[in-house]
Amino acid sequence: MYLTKEEEQILNGEAGETLRKAIEILVALGDIYGADRLIPIKSAQIAGVSYKTIGDAGLEWISDLEGQVKVPAILNPAGMDLEDWKRLRISPEFAEKQKAIIQAYKKLGIRCECTCTPYNLEGFSVGYGDHLAWSESSAISYANSVIGARTNREGGPSALSAALLGKTANYGLHLEENRIPEVSVSVECTLKDSDYGALGYVAGKIIGSRVPIFRLKDTPENDELKALGAAMAASGAVALYHVEGVTPEACRLGFEEPEEKIIIERSQLDEVYESRERAGKEPELITIGCPHCSAAELKKAAELLKGKTVSKETWIFTSRELAKRYPDYIRTIEESGAKVVCDTCMVVSPATNNYSCVMVNSGKAFAYVPGMCGAESVYGNMEACIEEATGRKEKKAGGSY
Amino acid sequence: MVPIKLKGRTISRGCAEGEVLLSRDPISFLGSVDPKTGIVVEEKHSLAGKSIKGKVLVFPHGKGSTVGSYVMYQLKKNEAGPVAIINLETEPIVAVGAILSEIPLVDMLEKNPYEYLNDGDIVRVNGSEGYIEFIKPEDSKKK
Repeated sequence: MYLTKEEEQILNGEAGETLRKAIEILVALGDIYGADRLIPIKSAQIAGVSYKTIGDAGLEWISDLEGQVKVPAILNPAGMDLEDWKRLRISPEFAEKQKAIIQAYKKLGIRCECTCTPYNLEGFSVGYGDHLAWSESSAISYANSVIGARTNREGGPSALSAALLGKTANYGLHLEENRIPEVSVSVECTLKDSDYGALGYVAGKIIGSRVPIFRLKDTPENDELKALGAAMAASGAVALYHVEGVTPEACRLGFEEPEEKIIIERSQLDEVYESRERAGKEPELITIGCPHCSAAELKKAAELLKGKTVSKETWIFTSRELAKRYPDYIRTIEESGAKVVCDTCMVVSPATNNYSCVMVNSGKAFAYVPGMCGAESVYGNMEACIEEATGRKEKKAGGSY
Repeated sequence: MVPIKLKGRTISRGCAEGEVLLSRDPISFLGSVDPKTGIVVEEKHSLAGKSIKGKVLVFPHGKGSTVGSYVMYQLKKNEAGPVAIINLETEPIVAVGAILSEIPLVDMLEKNPYEYLNDGDIVRVNGSEGYIEFIKPEDSKKK
């Protein structure tokens, strides 16, 4: 791999120990994947934030680093709401470790907003063709597929190294030839809302880590694409997908039809929804917002919950910035007894581990909750989730049913 | 005895020597190894119950969670990690973990390490130059 004189000097330790290790990581990954050089990145998004996932090992490593990031960098969701962690019964021991992790990142100049939807934040814009080093799988999928930016699936340390250097190794999805679809997926039925999460859950298992191109009967909204990509990155390892006539690269580049073709039918999606009937128990916890709710999703949740009272624990996850931007939605949601929670999610928070059956409207959460939280997961659209939360009955004026 | 050198690829720089411990199975540092002691705790692993502490650890490649990189760092801080690593072909989790932890690592040796190395051989791993060197074969120790 070619290195500039300056990069050689950094590798020789002339810019200090932190940068030496950072560039060594990028060079090693570049060598493993056959990169020709390092390229500048526009931003970094760093995974390895929740104390639940990285533990003391991660905390120690981050705390030992020195210096400042060279490009805008932001964090993945943490293990708790950083301002109001007591509400979800997080232990003080966990909270203390979690705060120490955030402080260690902050010291390096990283923005300590913890979200899987950084592309929705002010000042973190991403454009077509931008090179990035992101590491939260649903954000990677969104950036590559919906925006047409370019990022590999970075691990926490490699994304942090890239942030400290402002560069990443030029391989994988940074190269045009690796972004061409390898398999075509035709969906035979019409789709809306949470159908896209169910589709992603089904398709990801079949596609693995390849690049698919979808042929759909409908034109999905960005939130639906977000759900599709998040689910495929969880049940499979899809980091980039295209949708014929919808996503930017499919529209601009006009790909040839791949040889391998997959057909997905309504019955396969229905199986995901049937998890509710198949479950051996009743959901004890309802969660919405994986990935973090957009403004439109917050609005919809607020409309569905308006004037109702939840009878089951209900958590709605979003980024702190959006929660602050839309206080009316948040108020309406919280008046029902549901909790709007920021900086974290049902997958990476230890709070979810206290429940044995969790209802979700996300294909990603559906895939991860059993393994990461030790709870059964059942699937439904947002309406079904809210119905489950509010006891499946409309509350009339005066509080009687 | 003439020292034998095997060339490989530099993954993590630095130089260290120690006793070879061969693992036929891939290793996930998260879950397979106790970060306090360096003992392999994964049941049914070919190294189950053995300690990797202070060894030149030879394994095909890593597996499992990316958190494994941080666990390698924790092992190193607890002085319970391997002194060097030889892989058939390194994947990113172990590559990153070795660099964080300053554990020299070479992979893709010109000869199959499982044919040339035995448990207990003393070898030097030169991660900076990308080779390994036999210091003392296991046999001569017994004599």
